[in-house]
Amino acid sequence: MAPVSVTMAGVNVDVETRERPLPAKELREVVFDVKDLGVAYSGNQALQGVSLEVYRNFVTAFIGPSGCGKSTFIRCFNRMNDLISTAKVDGTILYHGQDLYGSDVDPVEVRKRIGMVFQKPNPFPKSIYDNVAFGPRVLGMTDGLDDRVELALQQAALWDEAKDRLKANALSLSGGQQQRLCIARCLAVEPEVILMDEPASALDPIATTRIEDLMHELKKDYTIVVVTHNMQQAARVADMTAFFSVTRGEEGQRTGILVEYDATSKIFTQPSDQRTEDYVTGRFG
Amino acid sequence: MSVAAGNLRSGRPRGLWTGRIFYGFLLFSLLIGFLTLGALLLQVLFEGYRFVDLVLFFEAPSADPQIAGAEPAILATIYIGVLLLAFTVPLGVGTAIYLEEYANRDRWYNRLLEVNIQNLAAVPSIVYGILGLAFLVRGLGLGRVLLAGAMILTLLVLPTVIIAAREAIRAVPDSIRQGAYALGATKWQVVWRQVLPASTPGIATGSILALSRGLGETAPLLLVGALTYVSFNPTLMGDFTALPVQIYQWIARPQDEFRTLAASGIIVLLAILLTLNAFAIWLRNRYERRW
Repeated sequence: MAPVSVTMAGVNVDVETRERPLPAKELREVVFDVKDLGVAYSGNQALQGVSLEVYRNFVTAFIGPSGCGKSTFIRCFNRMNDLISTAKVDGTILYHGQDLYGSDVDPVEVRKRIGMVFQKPNPFPKSIYDNVAFGPRVLGMTDGLDDRVELALQQAALWDEAKDRLKANALSLSGGQQQRLCIARCLAVEPEVILMDEPASALDPIATTRIEDLMHELKKDYTIVVVTHNMQQAARVADMTAFFSVTRGEEGQRTGILVEYDATSKIFTQPSDQRTEDYVTGRFG
Repeated sequence: MSVAAGNLRSGRPRGLWTGRIFYGFLLFSLLIGFLTLGALLLQVLFEGYRFVDLVLFFEAPSADPQIAGAEPAILATIYIGVLLLAFTVPLGVGTAIYLEEYANRDRWYNRLLEVNIQNLAAVPSIVYGILGLAFLVRGLGLGRVLLAGAMILTLLVLPTVIIAAREAIRAVPDSIRQGAYALGATKWQVVWRQVLPASTPGIATGSILALSRGLGETAPLLLVGALTYVSFNPTLMGDFTALPVQIYQWIARPQDEFRTLAASGIIVLLAILLTLNAFAIWLRNRYERRW
Protein backbone atom coordinates (compact mmCIF):
# COMPACT_ATOMS: atom_id res chain seq x y z
CA MET A 1 0.00 0.00 0.00
CA ALA A 2 1.22 3.42 -0.87
CA PRO A 3 -0.32 6.44 0.77
CA VAL A 4 -1.04 9.09 -1.79
CA SER A 5 -1.33 12.66 -0.72
CA VAL A 6 -4.50 14.29 -1.94
CA THR A 7 -5.58 17.80 -1.08
CA MET A 8 -9.19 17.83 -0.02
CA ALA A 9 -10.90 21.07 0.86
CA GLY A 10 -7.47 22.57 1.30
CA VAL A 11 -6.28 19.88 3.68
CA ASN A 12 -3.82 17.21 2.77
CA VAL A 13 -5.32 13.80 3.26
CA ASP A 14 -3.47 10.59 2.90
CA VAL A 15 -5.57 8.36 0.76
CA GLU A 16 -4.65 4.76 0.93
CA THR A 17 -4.54 3.25 -2.51
CA ARG A 18 -3.71 -0.38 -2.82
CA GLU A 19 -0.80 -0.82 -5.08
CA ARG A 20 -1.74 -3.28 -7.72
CA PRO A 21 -0.11 -3.29 -11.08
CA LEU A 22 -3.00 -3.60 -13.47
CA PRO A 23 -2.72 -6.16 -16.22
CA ALA A 24 -1.79 -4.74 -19.59
CA LYS A 25 -4.73 -3.54 -21.58
CA GLU A 26 -4.56 -6.35 -24.13
CA LEU A 27 -4.62 -8.94 -21.36
CA ARG A 28 -7.81 -7.64 -19.83
CA GLU A 29 -11.05 -9.37 -20.60
CA VAL A 30 -13.80 -6.93 -21.49
CA VAL A 31 -17.09 -7.68 -19.76
CA PHE A 32 -19.00 -4.57 -20.75
CA ASP A 33 -18.26 -2.46 -23.77
CA VAL A 34 -20.29 0.73 -23.52
CA LYS A 35 -20.60 2.81 -26.65
CA ASP A 36 -22.07 6.29 -26.75
CA LEU A 37 -24.68 5.54 -24.10
CA GLY A 38 -27.35 8.05 -23.18
CA VAL A 39 -30.37 7.93 -20.90
CA ALA A 40 -33.33 10.30 -20.99
CA TYR A 41 -36.19 10.57 -18.51
CA SER A 42 -39.34 11.95 -20.16
CA GLY A 43 -37.16 13.57 -22.79
CA ASN A 44 -34.71 15.14 -20.31
CA GLN A 45 -31.26 13.88 -21.11
CA ALA A 46 -29.82 12.62 -17.80
CA LEU A 47 -26.71 11.09 -19.26
CA GLN A 48 -25.07 11.46 -22.62
CA GLY A 49 -22.32 10.05 -24.76
CA VAL A 50 -20.72 7.63 -22.30
CA SER A 51 -18.22 5.15 -23.70
CA LEU A 52 -16.05 2.91 -21.56
CA GLU A 53 -15.01 -0.68 -21.02
CA VAL A 54 -15.47 -2.66 -17.81
CA TYR A 55 -12.92 -5.43 -17.25
CA ARG A 56 -13.30 -8.82 -15.72
CA ASN A 57 -12.27 -9.29 -12.05
CA PHE A 58 -11.75 -5.57 -11.69
CA VAL A 59 -13.43 -3.24 -9.31
CA THR A 60 -14.61 -0.31 -11.40
CA ALA A 61 -15.77 2.79 -9.55
CA PHE A 62 -18.00 5.61 -10.83
CA ILE A 63 -17.49 8.85 -8.97
CA GLY A 64 -18.80 12.34 -9.45
CA PRO A 65 -21.02 15.02 -7.94
CA SER A 66 -24.72 14.54 -7.25
CA GLY A 67 -26.87 14.49 -10.35
CA CYS A 68 -24.06 13.46 -12.66
CA GLY A 69 -25.93 10.37 -13.76
CA LYS A 70 -23.67 7.74 -12.21
CA SER A 71 -26.57 5.89 -10.57
CA THR A 72 -28.56 6.15 -13.77
CA PHE A 73 -25.59 4.72 -15.61
CA ILE A 74 -25.07 1.72 -13.34
CA ARG A 75 -28.75 0.85 -13.70
CA CYS A 76 -28.27 0.44 -17.42
CA PHE A 77 -26.06 -2.60 -16.89
CA ASN A 78 -28.84 -4.79 -15.50
CA ARG A 79 -31.65 -3.00 -17.30
CA MET A 80 -33.21 -1.69 -14.11
CA ASN A 81 -34.09 1.45 -16.06
CA ASP A 82 -36.62 -0.71 -17.91
CA LEU A 83 -38.77 -0.54 -14.78
CA ILE A 84 -39.14 3.22 -15.18
CA SER A 85 -41.60 3.71 -18.00
CA THR A 86 -40.36 7.22 -18.82
CA ALA A 87 -36.70 6.18 -19.15
CA LYS A 88 -35.25 5.80 -22.61
CA VAL A 89 -31.81 4.33 -23.21
CA ASP A 90 -29.87 4.85 -26.43
CA GLY A 91 -26.42 3.77 -27.51
CA THR A 92 -25.17 0.26 -26.89
CA ILE A 93 -23.81 -1.85 -24.08
CA LEU A 94 -22.17 -5.04 -25.22
CA TYR A 95 -21.95 -7.75 -22.59
CA HIS A 96 -19.32 -10.22 -23.78
CA GLY A 97 -20.05 -8.95 -27.25
CA GLN A 98 -23.81 -9.35 -26.96
CA ASP A 99 -26.06 -6.31 -27.12
CA LEU A 100 -27.74 -5.99 -23.69
CA TYR A 101 -30.56 -3.99 -25.24
CA GLY A 102 -31.04 -6.30 -28.22
CA SER A 103 -34.66 -7.02 -29.06
CA ASP A 104 -34.32 -10.72 -28.23
CA VAL A 105 -32.67 -10.13 -24.84
CA ASP A 106 -34.75 -10.99 -21.79
CA PRO A 107 -34.12 -8.50 -18.96
CA VAL A 108 -34.85 -11.24 -16.43
CA GLU A 109 -32.02 -13.30 -17.92
CA VAL A 110 -29.73 -10.26 -17.76
CA ARG A 111 -30.45 -9.63 -14.08
CA LYS A 112 -29.71 -13.24 -13.28
CA ARG A 113 -26.12 -12.78 -14.45
CA ILE A 114 -25.66 -9.21 -13.37
CA GLY A 115 -26.60 -8.79 -9.74
CA MET A 116 -27.19 -5.55 -7.91
CA VAL A 117 -26.76 -4.18 -4.39
CA PHE A 118 -28.62 -1.00 -3.59
CA GLN A 119 -27.77 2.15 -1.69
CA LYS A 120 -30.12 1.49 1.19
CA PRO A 121 -30.08 -2.10 2.45
CA ASN A 122 -33.36 -3.59 1.25
CA PRO A 123 -33.76 -7.03 2.81
CA PHE A 124 -37.11 -8.66 2.17
CA PRO A 125 -39.38 -8.82 5.23
CA LYS A 126 -38.65 -12.53 5.55
CA SER A 127 -36.18 -14.71 7.40
CA ILE A 128 -32.44 -14.45 6.74
CA TYR A 129 -32.57 -17.85 5.05
CA ASP A 130 -35.52 -16.93 2.85
CA ASN A 131 -33.80 -13.72 1.79
CA VAL A 132 -30.81 -15.59 0.44
CA ALA A 133 -32.95 -18.40 -0.95
CA PHE A 134 -35.30 -16.06 -2.81
CA GLY A 135 -33.14 -15.67 -5.91
CA PRO A 136 -32.34 -19.39 -6.30
CA ARG A 137 -36.02 -20.19 -5.77
CA VAL A 138 -37.37 -17.84 -8.40
CA LEU A 139 -34.72 -19.04 -10.83
CA GLY A 140 -35.40 -22.70 -10.11
CA MET A 141 -31.93 -23.36 -8.61
CA THR A 142 -33.31 -25.27 -5.65
CA ASP A 143 -31.03 -28.32 -5.62
CA GLY A 144 -28.82 -28.20 -2.54
CA LEU A 145 -30.43 -24.96 -1.47
CA ASP A 146 -29.13 -25.15 2.11
CA ASP A 147 -25.53 -25.42 0.91
CA ARG A 148 -26.06 -22.63 -1.57
CA VAL A 149 -27.41 -20.35 1.16
CA GLU A 150 -24.53 -21.22 3.47
CA LEU A 151 -21.94 -20.59 0.79
CA ALA A 152 -23.44 -17.23 -0.14
CA LEU A 153 -23.53 -16.14 3.50
CA GLN A 154 -19.92 -17.23 3.93
CA GLN A 155 -18.81 -15.32 0.85
CA ALA A 156 -20.56 -12.26 2.19
CA ALA A 157 -18.83 -12.72 5.57
CA LEU A 158 -22.15 -13.03 7.36
CA TRP A 159 -22.24 -16.76 8.07
CA ASP A 160 -20.69 -16.62 11.55
CA GLU A 161 -23.14 -13.97 12.69
CA ALA A 162 -26.18 -15.51 11.03
CA LYS A 163 -25.75 -19.27 11.23
CA ASP A 164 -27.59 -19.63 14.53
CA ARG A 165 -30.48 -17.39 13.56
CA LEU A 166 -31.25 -18.25 9.95
CA LYS A 167 -34.95 -18.25 10.75
CA ALA A 168 -34.83 -14.79 12.33
CA ASN A 169 -36.37 -11.90 10.44
CA ALA A 170 -33.81 -10.12 8.30
CA LEU A 171 -35.06 -6.75 9.52
CA SER A 172 -33.68 -7.61 12.96
CA LEU A 173 -30.12 -7.37 11.62
CA SER A 174 -28.06 -4.19 11.90
CA GLY A 175 -27.71 -1.95 8.86
CA GLY A 176 -24.26 -3.27 7.98
CA GLN A 177 -25.40 -6.86 8.40
CA GLN A 178 -28.45 -6.14 6.25
CA GLN A 179 -26.23 -4.84 3.48
CA ARG A 180 -24.01 -7.93 3.67
CA LEU A 181 -27.19 -10.00 3.55
CA CYS A 182 -28.16 -8.17 0.36
CA ILE A 183 -24.73 -9.01 -1.03
CA ALA A 184 -25.19 -12.66 -0.02
CA ARG A 185 -28.62 -12.63 -1.64
CA CYS A 186 -27.04 -11.40 -4.83
CA LEU A 187 -24.20 -13.98 -4.70
CA ALA A 188 -26.62 -16.88 -4.17
CA VAL A 189 -27.68 -16.81 -7.82
CA GLU A 190 -24.03 -16.96 -8.98
CA PRO A 191 -23.90 -13.80 -11.05
CA GLU A 192 -20.84 -12.85 -13.03
CA VAL A 193 -21.05 -9.15 -12.28
CA ILE A 194 -22.10 -7.34 -9.11
CA LEU A 195 -23.33 -3.79 -9.46
CA MET A 196 -23.20 -1.76 -6.26
CA ASP A 197 -25.01 1.56 -6.11
CA GLU A 198 -23.39 3.43 -3.20
CA PRO A 199 -23.44 0.27 -1.10
CA ALA A 200 -21.93 1.86 2.01
CA SER A 201 -23.44 5.33 2.01
CA ALA A 202 -26.05 4.41 4.62
CA LEU A 203 -23.55 2.60 6.88
CA ASP A 204 -21.22 3.58 9.69
CA PRO A 205 -17.43 3.56 9.14
CA ILE A 206 -16.88 0.09 10.61
CA ALA A 207 -19.62 -1.48 8.51
CA THR A 208 -18.23 0.42 5.52
CA THR A 209 -14.78 -1.06 6.05
CA ARG A 210 -16.27 -4.53 6.11
CA ILE A 211 -18.07 -3.94 2.83
CA GLU A 212 -14.87 -2.61 1.28
CA ASP A 213 -12.87 -5.62 2.51
CA LEU A 214 -15.57 -7.80 1.05
CA MET A 215 -15.21 -6.14 -2.33
CA HIS A 216 -11.50 -6.97 -2.33
CA GLU A 217 -12.32 -10.54 -1.50
CA LEU A 218 -15.10 -10.84 -4.08
CA LYS A 219 -13.25 -9.45 -7.04
CA LYS A 220 -11.26 -12.67 -7.26
CA ASP A 221 -14.42 -14.35 -8.48
CA TYR A 222 -16.62 -11.53 -9.66
CA THR A 223 -16.50 -8.35 -11.64
CA ILE A 224 -17.62 -5.42 -9.50
CA VAL A 225 -18.95 -2.06 -10.58
CA VAL A 226 -19.50 0.41 -7.78
CA VAL A 227 -20.99 3.87 -7.62
CA THR A 228 -19.68 5.93 -4.75
CA HIS A 229 -19.91 9.41 -3.36
CA ASN A 230 -16.88 8.80 -1.29
CA MET A 231 -13.63 9.46 -3.12
CA GLN A 232 -11.47 7.77 -0.53
CA GLN A 233 -13.61 4.71 -0.95
CA ALA A 234 -13.04 4.71 -4.69
CA ALA A 235 -9.32 5.15 -4.07
CA ARG A 236 -9.32 2.25 -1.62
CA VAL A 237 -11.32 -0.30 -3.55
CA ALA A 238 -11.24 0.45 -7.25
CA ASP A 239 -8.85 -0.66 -9.96
CA MET A 240 -10.38 1.63 -12.53
CA THR A 241 -12.26 4.85 -11.82
CA ALA A 242 -14.58 6.84 -14.03
CA PHE A 243 -15.25 10.44 -13.17
CA PHE A 244 -18.63 11.83 -14.22
CA SER A 245 -19.66 15.45 -14.19
CA VAL A 246 -22.61 17.63 -15.06
CA THR A 247 -22.95 19.96 -18.01
CA ARG A 248 -25.66 22.55 -18.30
CA GLY A 249 -27.59 22.81 -21.53
CA GLU A 250 -28.80 26.07 -23.10
CA GLU A 251 -31.96 26.01 -21.01
CA GLY A 252 -30.14 25.03 -17.84
CA GLN A 253 -30.99 21.34 -18.03
CA ARG A 254 -28.43 19.13 -16.34
CA THR A 255 -26.85 16.31 -18.27
CA GLY A 256 -24.30 13.87 -16.94
CA ILE A 257 -21.18 13.17 -18.95
CA LEU A 258 -18.13 10.98 -18.55
CA VAL A 259 -15.10 13.20 -18.07
CA GLU A 260 -12.29 10.76 -17.55
CA TYR A 261 -11.84 7.04 -17.17
CA ASP A 262 -8.52 5.56 -16.17
CA ALA A 263 -6.63 3.48 -13.62
CA THR A 264 -7.62 4.64 -10.14
CA SER A 265 -4.10 5.65 -9.15
CA LYS A 266 -3.87 7.84 -12.23
CA ILE A 267 -7.26 9.48 -11.65
CA PHE A 268 -6.25 10.38 -8.12
CA THR A 269 -2.63 11.41 -8.66
CA GLN A 270 -2.23 12.69 -12.19
CA PRO A 271 -5.60 13.14 -13.83
CA SER A 272 -5.40 14.34 -17.39
CA ASP A 273 -8.50 16.50 -17.21
CA GLN A 274 -8.62 19.71 -15.20
CA ARG A 275 -12.20 18.99 -14.05
CA THR A 276 -11.14 15.65 -12.60
CA GLU A 277 -8.29 17.27 -10.76
CA ASP A 278 -10.57 19.96 -9.36
CA TYR A 279 -12.97 17.30 -8.12
CA VAL A 280 -10.48 14.87 -6.58
CA THR A 281 -8.58 17.66 -4.89
CA GLY A 282 -11.78 19.01 -3.39
CA ARG A 283 -11.97 22.28 -5.28
CA PHE A 284 -15.36 21.40 -6.71
CA GLY A 285 -18.28 19.14 -5.83
CA MET B 1 -34.63 48.89 24.05
CA SER B 2 -34.84 46.67 27.05
CA VAL B 3 -38.00 44.97 28.19
CA ALA B 4 -38.77 44.88 31.88
CA ALA B 5 -39.26 41.41 33.26
CA GLY B 6 -42.66 42.42 34.68
CA ASN B 7 -43.97 42.91 31.14
CA LEU B 8 -43.86 39.22 30.59
CA ARG B 9 -46.78 38.73 32.94
CA SER B 10 -48.73 41.89 32.42
CA GLY B 11 -50.05 41.15 28.93
CA ARG B 12 -53.75 40.76 28.28
CA PRO B 13 -54.92 37.16 28.35
CA ARG B 14 -55.18 37.12 24.58
CA GLY B 15 -56.82 34.02 23.24
CA LEU B 16 -57.18 32.52 26.67
CA TRP B 17 -60.97 32.36 26.51
CA THR B 18 -61.03 31.36 22.87
CA GLY B 19 -58.75 28.50 23.81
CA ARG B 20 -60.97 27.39 26.64
CA ILE B 21 -64.12 27.59 24.55
CA PHE B 22 -62.50 25.60 21.79
CA TYR B 23 -61.35 22.96 24.25
CA GLY B 24 -64.89 22.81 25.68
CA PHE B 25 -66.29 22.35 22.19
CA LEU B 26 -63.91 19.46 21.56
CA LEU B 27 -65.02 17.75 24.75
CA PHE B 28 -68.66 18.37 23.86
CA SER B 29 -68.26 16.77 20.39
CA LEU B 30 -66.54 13.81 21.94
CA LEU B 31 -69.27 13.39 24.54
CA ILE B 32 -72.11 13.55 22.01
CA GLY B 33 -70.80 10.55 20.14
CA PHE B 34 -69.68 8.71 23.20
CA LEU B 35 -72.81 9.22 25.29
CA THR B 36 -75.27 8.50 22.48
CA LEU B 37 -73.56 5.27 21.58
CA GLY B 38 -73.14 4.33 25.23
CA ALA B 39 -76.79 5.03 26.01
CA LEU B 40 -77.96 3.00 23.02
CA LEU B 41 -75.73 0.10 23.95
CA LEU B 42 -76.80 0.13 27.57
CA GLN B 43 -80.45 0.33 26.67
CA VAL B 44 -80.20 -2.54 24.19
CA LEU B 45 -78.25 -4.64 26.68
CA PHE B 46 -80.63 -3.88 29.49
CA GLU B 47 -83.68 -4.57 27.37
CA GLY B 48 -82.48 -7.56 25.44
CA TYR B 49 -80.26 -9.61 27.70
CA ARG B 50 -83.17 -11.74 28.91
CA PHE B 51 -83.79 -13.20 25.48
CA VAL B 52 -80.18 -13.94 24.59
CA ASP B 53 -80.51 -17.63 25.23
CA LEU B 54 -80.48 -20.99 23.49
CA VAL B 55 -83.96 -20.35 22.10
CA LEU B 56 -82.64 -17.33 20.22
CA PHE B 57 -79.83 -19.30 18.66
CA PHE B 58 -81.55 -22.59 17.97
CA GLU B 59 -85.20 -21.83 17.23
CA ALA B 60 -86.92 -20.50 14.16
CA PRO B 61 -89.04 -17.35 14.35
CA SER B 62 -92.53 -17.83 15.59
CA ALA B 63 -95.68 -15.86 16.22
CA ASP B 64 -95.19 -16.62 19.90
CA PRO B 65 -92.34 -14.46 21.19
CA GLN B 66 -91.60 -16.89 24.00
CA ILE B 67 -90.45 -19.62 21.59
CA ALA B 68 -89.30 -17.39 18.72
CA GLY B 69 -85.62 -17.59 17.80
CA ALA B 70 -83.38 -16.31 15.05
CA GLU B 71 -81.54 -19.45 13.97
CA PRO B 72 -82.32 -19.05 10.23
CA ALA B 73 -81.23 -15.42 10.32
CA ILE B 74 -78.04 -16.10 12.26
CA LEU B 75 -77.12 -18.98 9.96
CA ALA B 76 -77.88 -16.93 6.86
CA THR B 77 -75.70 -14.10 8.17
CA ILE B 78 -72.85 -16.56 8.67
CA TYR B 79 -73.34 -18.04 5.18
CA ILE B 80 -73.46 -14.59 3.65
CA GLY B 81 -70.32 -13.64 5.55
CA VAL B 82 -68.41 -16.65 4.21
CA LEU B 83 -69.60 -16.07 0.65
CA LEU B 84 -68.85 -12.38 0.95
CA LEU B 85 -65.23 -13.08 1.87
CA ALA B 86 -64.90 -15.74 -0.81
CA PHE B 87 -66.14 -13.29 -3.47
CA THR B 88 -64.66 -9.97 -2.38
CA VAL B 89 -61.13 -10.95 -1.40
CA PRO B 90 -60.02 -12.43 -4.76
CA LEU B 91 -61.88 -9.80 -6.79
CA GLY B 92 -60.84 -6.89 -4.61
CA VAL B 93 -57.20 -7.91 -4.28
CA GLY B 94 -57.05 -8.71 -7.99
CA THR B 95 -58.34 -5.26 -8.89
CA ALA B 96 -55.98 -3.62 -6.42
CA ILE B 97 -52.97 -5.49 -7.82
CA TYR B 98 -53.92 -4.49 -11.34
CA LEU B 99 -54.32 -0.84 -10.42
CA GLU B 100 -51.16 -0.63 -8.33
CA GLU B 101 -48.75 -2.92 -10.14
CA TYR B 102 -49.88 -3.22 -13.74
CA ALA B 103 -52.05 -0.26 -14.73
CA ASN B 104 -50.37 2.51 -16.65
CA ARG B 105 -51.63 5.75 -15.12
CA ASP B 106 -51.13 7.54 -18.41
CA ARG B 107 -53.97 5.59 -19.98
CA TRP B 108 -57.34 7.29 -19.73
CA TYR B 109 -59.25 4.06 -19.05
CA ASN B 110 -57.15 3.28 -16.00
CA ARG B 111 -57.75 6.74 -14.56
CA LEU B 112 -61.47 6.38 -15.32
CA LEU B 113 -61.45 3.05 -13.50
CA GLU B 114 -59.83 4.60 -10.44
CA VAL B 115 -62.28 7.49 -10.24
CA ASN B 116 -65.15 5.07 -10.71
CA ILE B 117 -64.07 2.84 -7.87
CA GLN B 118 -63.70 5.76 -5.52
CA ASN B 119 -67.18 6.97 -6.43
CA LEU B 120 -68.70 3.53 -6.07
CA ALA B 121 -67.63 3.50 -2.43
CA ALA B 122 -69.93 6.47 -1.87
CA VAL B 123 -73.04 5.09 -3.61
CA PRO B 124 -75.94 4.55 -1.14
CA SER B 125 -76.56 0.92 -0.36
CA ILE B 126 -80.19 1.05 -1.46
CA VAL B 127 -78.97 1.79 -4.99
CA TYR B 128 -77.01 -1.44 -4.89
CA GLY B 129 -80.23 -3.12 -3.79
CA ILE B 130 -82.04 -1.83 -6.84
CA LEU B 131 -79.18 -2.98 -9.05
CA GLY B 132 -79.32 -6.39 -7.43
CA LEU B 133 -83.03 -6.66 -7.97
CA ALA B 134 -82.85 -5.64 -11.61
CA PHE B 135 -79.64 -7.41 -12.58
CA LEU B 136 -79.21 -10.44 -10.33
CA VAL B 137 -82.73 -11.41 -9.32
CA ARG B 138 -84.49 -10.61 -12.58
CA GLY B 139 -81.80 -10.13 -15.24
CA LEU B 140 -79.77 -13.22 -14.41
CA GLY B 141 -82.88 -14.94 -13.15
CA LEU B 142 -81.28 -15.95 -9.86
CA GLY B 143 -84.48 -15.24 -7.99
CA ARG B 144 -84.73 -14.00 -4.44
CA VAL B 145 -82.10 -16.31 -3.02
CA LEU B 146 -79.26 -16.12 -0.52
CA LEU B 147 -76.65 -16.24 -3.29
CA ALA B 148 -78.12 -13.08 -4.81
CA GLY B 149 -77.96 -11.42 -1.40
CA ALA B 150 -74.31 -12.36 -0.97
CA MET B 151 -73.51 -11.17 -4.50
CA ILE B 152 -75.08 -7.78 -4.04
CA LEU B 153 -73.30 -7.28 -0.73
CA THR B 154 -70.10 -8.24 -2.56
CA LEU B 155 -70.63 -5.41 -5.02
CA LEU B 156 -71.42 -3.09 -2.13
CA VAL B 157 -68.23 -3.72 -0.15
CA LEU B 158 -65.92 -4.38 -3.11
CA PRO B 159 -64.80 -0.73 -3.43
CA THR B 160 -63.88 -0.67 0.25
CA VAL B 161 -61.80 -3.83 -0.12
CA ILE B 162 -60.14 -2.50 -3.26
CA ILE B 163 -59.22 0.77 -1.59
CA ALA B 164 -57.88 -0.99 1.53
CA ALA B 165 -55.88 -3.47 -0.56
CA ARG B 166 -54.43 -0.68 -2.70
CA GLU B 167 -53.29 1.16 0.42
CA ALA B 168 -51.65 -2.01 1.70
CA ILE B 169 -49.93 -2.71 -1.61
CA ARG B 170 -48.77 0.88 -1.94
CA ALA B 171 -47.24 0.69 1.55
CA VAL B 172 -44.78 -1.97 0.34
CA PRO B 173 -41.65 0.04 -0.44
CA ASP B 174 -40.40 0.08 -3.99
CA SER B 175 -36.98 -1.03 -2.79
CA ILE B 176 -38.47 -4.48 -2.11
CA ARG B 177 -39.73 -4.75 -5.68
CA GLN B 178 -36.41 -3.52 -7.06
CA GLY B 179 -34.48 -5.97 -4.91
CA ALA B 180 -36.56 -8.83 -6.23
CA TYR B 181 -36.31 -7.69 -9.86
CA ALA B 182 -32.54 -7.34 -9.50
CA LEU B 183 -32.36 -11.04 -8.60
CA GLY B 184 -34.00 -12.00 -11.86
CA ALA B 185 -37.56 -12.39 -10.62
CA THR B 186 -40.35 -11.92 -13.14
CA LYS B 187 -43.15 -9.46 -12.54
CA TRP B 188 -45.46 -12.27 -11.49
CA GLN B 189 -42.89 -13.57 -9.00
CA VAL B 190 -42.31 -10.11 -7.57
CA VAL B 191 -46.03 -9.57 -7.03
CA TRP B 192 -46.85 -13.06 -5.81
CA ARG B 193 -43.81 -13.71 -3.61
CA GLN B 194 -42.94 -10.26 -2.29
CA VAL B 195 -45.67 -7.67 -2.67
CA LEU B 196 -48.64 -9.84 -1.70
CA PRO B 197 -47.10 -11.49 1.39
CA ALA B 198 -45.88 -8.10 2.59
CA SER B 199 -49.32 -6.54 2.17
CA THR B 200 -51.40 -9.44 3.50
CA PRO B 201 -51.94 -7.99 7.01
CA GLY B 202 -53.27 -4.75 5.57
CA ILE B 203 -55.46 -6.59 3.09
CA ALA B 204 -56.84 -8.86 5.81
CA THR B 205 -57.64 -5.93 8.07
CA GLY B 206 -59.45 -4.09 5.28
CA SER B 207 -61.36 -7.19 4.23
CA ILE B 208 -62.59 -7.88 7.74
CA LEU B 209 -63.77 -4.31 8.21
CA ALA B 210 -65.56 -4.53 4.86
CA LEU B 211 -67.12 -7.83 5.91
CA SER B 212 -68.49 -6.33 9.09
CA ARG B 213 -69.93 -3.45 7.09
CA GLY B 214 -71.61 -5.90 4.71
CA LEU B 215 -73.08 -7.99 7.51
CA GLY B 216 -74.69 -4.94 9.08
CA GLU B 217 -76.48 -3.95 5.85
CA THR B 218 -80.25 -4.29 5.59
CA ALA B 219 -81.54 -2.19 2.72
CA PRO B 220 -79.98 -3.99 -0.25
CA LEU B 221 -80.98 -7.35 1.17
CA LEU B 222 -84.60 -6.26 1.48
CA LEU B 223 -84.61 -5.37 -2.20
CA VAL B 224 -83.08 -8.62 -3.40
CA GLY B 225 -85.69 -10.44 -1.44
CA ALA B 226 -84.51 -11.21 2.07
CA LEU B 227 -87.82 -12.18 3.60
CA THR B 228 -88.82 -10.86 6.96
CA TYR B 229 -90.24 -14.17 8.06
CA VAL B 230 -88.32 -17.35 7.29
CA SER B 231 -88.90 -20.31 9.56
CA PHE B 232 -86.44 -22.76 8.01
CA ASN B 233 -82.66 -22.80 7.74
CA PRO B 234 -81.21 -21.12 4.67
CA THR B 235 -79.72 -22.77 1.61
CA LEU B 236 -77.58 -21.21 -1.08
CA MET B 237 -80.37 -21.07 -3.66
CA GLY B 238 -83.32 -20.72 -1.31
CA ASP B 239 -85.34 -18.07 0.46
CA PHE B 240 -83.41 -16.38 3.17
CA THR B 241 -83.38 -13.70 5.79
CA ALA B 242 -80.49 -12.14 7.65
CA LEU B 243 -79.94 -10.92 11.17
CA PRO B 244 -80.44 -7.20 10.47
CA VAL B 245 -83.57 -7.98 8.46
CA GLN B 246 -84.88 -10.17 11.27
CA ILE B 247 -84.26 -7.37 13.77
CA TYR B 248 -86.06 -4.94 11.49
CA GLN B 249 -89.04 -7.27 11.29
CA TRP B 250 -89.24 -7.76 15.04
CA ILE B 251 -89.01 -4.07 15.78
CA ALA B 252 -91.87 -3.39 13.38
CA ARG B 253 -94.18 -5.61 15.39
CA PRO B 254 -96.59 -4.11 17.90
CA GLN B 255 -96.00 -6.49 20.82
CA ASP B 256 -93.47 -5.44 23.44
CA GLU B 257 -91.99 -8.94 23.64
CA PHE B 258 -90.90 -8.71 20.03
CA ARG B 259 -89.15 -5.43 20.73
CA THR B 260 -87.26 -7.21 23.48
CA LEU B 261 -86.45 -9.97 21.03
CA ALA B 262 -85.22 -7.35 18.58
CA ALA B 263 -82.95 -5.98 21.29
CA SER B 264 -81.47 -9.41 21.89
CA GLY B 265 -80.99 -9.80 18.13
CA ILE B 266 -79.11 -6.52 18.13
CA ILE B 267 -76.87 -7.81 20.93
CA VAL B 268 -75.98 -10.88 18.84
CA LEU B 269 -75.32 -8.80 15.72
CA LEU B 270 -73.24 -6.29 17.67
CA ALA B 271 -71.27 -9.09 19.26
CA ILE B 272 -70.45 -10.53 15.82
CA LEU B 273 -69.46 -7.15 14.38
CA LEU B 274 -67.42 -6.08 17.40
CA THR B 275 -65.59 -9.41 17.41
CA LEU B 276 -64.74 -9.00 13.73
CA ASN B 277 -63.55 -5.43 14.26
CA ALA B 278 -61.51 -6.38 17.31
CA PHE B 279 -59.90 -9.15 15.25
CA ALA B 280 -59.09 -6.64 12.53
CA ILE B 281 -57.47 -4.27 15.03
CA TRP B 282 -55.52 -7.13 16.56
CA LEU B 283 -54.29 -8.19 13.11
CA ARG B 284 -53.22 -4.66 12.32
CA ASN B 285 -51.30 -4.21 15.54
CA ARG B 286 -49.77 -7.65 15.41
CA TYR B 287 -48.41 -7.44 11.90
CA GLU B 288 -48.00 -3.71 11.44
CA ARG B 289 -44.65 -3.17 9.81
CA ARG B 290 -42.40 -0.17 9.86
CA TRP B 291 -40.04 -0.04 6.94
